[in-house]
Amino acid sequence: MKTLADLKKIREKAQEDMKLRGGNVRIKISVGMGTSGIAMGAREVMKTFLEEIAARNLSDVLVTQTGEKGLSSMEPVVDLIEEGKPKVTYGNMNPDKVKKVVVEHIVNGRIVSDYVVATGD
Amino acid sequence: MYKEICAKYAPNKDNLIYILHEIQDTHPQHYISTEAVNEISKYLKLPENHIYGVLTFYSMYSTTPRGKHIIRLCESPPCYIKGSINILRKLKTILGVSVGETTKDGKFTLELCACLGVCGNAPVMMINDDVYGDLSEEKVEDIIDKIRGRN
Amino acid sequence: MSLKHIDLLICCGSGCISAGALKIKERFHEVLKEHKATNEVNIIETGCMGPCDYGPVMVIYPEGIFYKHVTPEDVEEIVSEHFIKGRPVTRLMLQEEEKTFAAQKDVPFYQKQIKVALENCGYINPESLDEYIATGGYEALGTVLTEMKPQAVIDEMKASGLRGRGGGGFPTYIKWQMVHDNKADQKYIICNADEGDPGAFMDRSILEGDPHRILEGMMIGAYAMGASMGFFYIRAEYPLAIKRIKMAIAQAKEMGLMGDNIFDSDFSFDAEVRTGAGAFVCGEETALIHSIEGERGNPTPKPPYPAIQGLWGKPTVVNNVETFGNIPTIFRKGAKWFASMGTEKSPGTKVFALTGDVKNTGLVEVPMGTTLRELIFDVGGGMIGDHKFKAVQLGGPSGGCLTVEHLDTGVDYESLKERGSMMGSGGVIVMNEEKCMVNVAKFFMDFCVEESCGKCSPCRIGLKQMLEILERITSGFGREGDIEELQRLGESISKLSLCGLGQTAPNPVLSTIRYFRDEYEAHIRDRSCATKVCKDLMHFQIDKDRCIGCSLCARNCPVKCITGSRDEKYIIHQVDCIKCGNCYDVCPVKAIDKEPGMHPDTVAHRAELSKAVNRYEDL
Repeated sequence: MKTLADLKKIREKAQEDMKLRGGNVRIKISVGMGTSGIAMGAREVMKTFLEEIAARNLSDVLVTQTGEKGLSSMEPVVDLIEEGKPKVTYGNMNPDKVKKVVVEHIVNGRIVSDYVVATGD
Repeated sequence: MYKEICAKYAPNKDNLIYILHEIQDTHPQHYISTEAVNEISKYLKLPENHIYGVLTFYSMYSTTPRGKHIIRLCESPPCYIKGSINILRKLKTILGVSVGETTKDGKFTLELCACLGVCGNAPVMMINDDVYGDLSEEKVEDIIDKIRGRN
Repeated sequence: MSLKHIDLLICCGSGCISAGALKIKERFHEVLKEHKATNEVNIIETGCMGPCDYGPVMVIYPEGIFYKHVTPEDVEEIVSEHFIKGRPVTRLMLQEEEKTFAAQKDVPFYQKQIKVALENCGYINPESLDEYIATGGYEALGTVLTEMKPQAVIDEMKASGLRGRGGGGFPTYIKWQMVHDNKADQKYIICNADEGDPGAFMDRSILEGDPHRILEGMMIGAYAMGASMGFFYIRAEYPLAIKRIKMAIAQAKEMGLMGDNIFDSDFSFDAEVRTGAGAFVCGEETALIHSIEGERGNPTPKPPYPAIQGLWGKPTVVNNVETFGNIPTIFRKGAKWFASMGTEKSPGTKVFALTGDVKNTGLVEVPMGTTLRELIFDVGGGMIGDHKFKAVQLGGPSGGCLTVEHLDTGVDYESLKERGSMMGSGGVIVMNEEKCMVNVAKFFMDFCVEESCGKCSPCRIGLKQMLEILERITSGFGREGDIEELQRLGESISKLSLCGLGQTAPNPVLSTIRYFRDEYEAHIRDRSCATKVCKDLMHFQIDKDRCIGCSLCARNCPVKCITGSRDEKYIIHQVDCIKCGNCYDVCPVKAIDKEPGMHPDTVAHRAELSKAVNRYEDL
């Protein structure tokens, strides 16, 4: 390490590793992990999100989990929360649908309306 | 053995404190014997009285043999306020020794010490390098029993 | 590829470790393995998060959920409910007055705090240089080395107004300027981590929780004054702090942040760790220097100041841990930003260690000038139980106590000094109405007598005299004139002692006399300790109406001074009673009361004895 630019490089890499602890998050994905969500495969859904995001190196996307959302018939349910935009809720998710949401919504900014079950709070 | 420990450090006076620490820590009875002082004196080319001057100045060094486990109960005001006196009474009862003494089986030495800096969890004590906080009389009994059981 | 979606931050400061944090960490590893979820959670050991009384504590990100008093038995539930199912465990959250505080940032303890020196403590893994860099670490050093001249660094320090956080409150830039102006082939910088004040543990916590910050602060100082070598002098009682700072030095060297030509400048620096061996006086800078040299830690008169003639006769600066901890942030955010906090004469924030009878004991950082009320009642959560606030001792054995009337005093160097107390290193010992102030003063004096190095006579002999008078007062032999004698001695010792230890040691006695003179008078004139703490000035009494004559008290009395029978009930023979309190503890119907004041029988007995002694002396 010899320059401030070197330091900056290390810092950016290190911040990426610490992103769970807040900071620069563009989109938050919140997976409903109630009993029924898990029974319907919410863990697989979350895993797929994590894998896809890591594979595409999307450093400003955060995956979290919440409890039951009360939409049992549509489990697994996932919220996409973007700063300054209404919340988008996707239902009946599975790994294939997750891949599509990542490409369409998260990367290209187009909501996949076929899977949407609700928008706004 | 003392020679080997000395040899790990450069023969400078400012290493005296570290040599004393290591000799005491590695001795099974946790103390600094007259032979050790003699050896350090030769190695650092310092008079023995200088070494005794330093070693008796600092409260962590002992010139008498001590137990395998050294219990250091904090006697600072924050611990006092939270009842360290009762903890001391308990320790004296279960170990059967007074402050500064070693149990007959040579396992424990009971000492008091200055602030351990864990005042948020007062009262506290240190046994060797481990700190135990939020002490109650029952907890103390439990801790001592566990250490006794281990050996 | 990382599947980790949870950062589990377990506080591993000494406080939480003493409450069992390491066992909990082990348990998490086991349980995550059982649930095949090890690849989903980062387990991070952090430094002190502050609220030691809640320990062991942890924070779980991304939500920032705060759990307290966690036990190994709770781990299974945290993993299966929170981590796997996303349902945080409410019962482990802070609950007060029917409110639940889920997120760390909402917990009242953190609300009024502004963290500068403690910025990363409890947030990053102290053993990871990367995490320190991620929070902006070493940016200040890089900027200083590549863009600023040493004098400009000192000027910036002057503009920040930072004063030494170790106790004296001496402006940091003046020390730096003195060494900077002193041309010498070798200069040294020392970090004073010989934190010995009872009730202070901020230095330990910062070293354990954010060691790189201290190293960076030291290097900025070293560059400003032209020192190429630094020493960390750490108490041997702090093994974890020693380990962490050694690790930080090794990491910085490996990364090229320490060594030759740092940031391609002509500044080269190396640092070593030195440890003490248990001597309070070594916190005094000249004593500390002698200890590093391998001598007894005796202080020497100043001048010569260490800035002129310090370690091995070379110009030396000694700064406290917390002082260094502020420096990287000052250079990252600017002196103006720093000076905008706190008061005009005491800018910035100060870390305090809250201990004693206050609900939330632990480590807090607030702007200078925050009132004692805010500190004790808002951040500290007030008194434990239904107890009333009586006094607060600031600055440890060097400070003085303040009372209810001072609760609205802003805490800064000057206002505390005016009221007979001092900042010291920031220990805040809160006391409730059950504490006897004479006894507390005696306790502090006892500490200073024990720790006096014995080099100068005012401290060695004078403090001992004060202690003897205090012992006399608390054991019922106080005389008229004792209070004045204590004041006279105290004032002379303050003026005549060689170093800070002796100069400040009378403070607790002088300040308790100032604010609680009536307690001293009651001890001397009425032979009575209203709080029933001083054993000679209280007595136990069996209430005949409540006594059931079970004889348990008599059987447990070690000096057999309780007699009676089932019909006559039991009675304590006061003259023989040693006030051990066994009877009080064992009485099944709580028929024994603690009463203030010496029992008339004891008073009469003592009078007899002294008459006898006088007769003997007359012969």
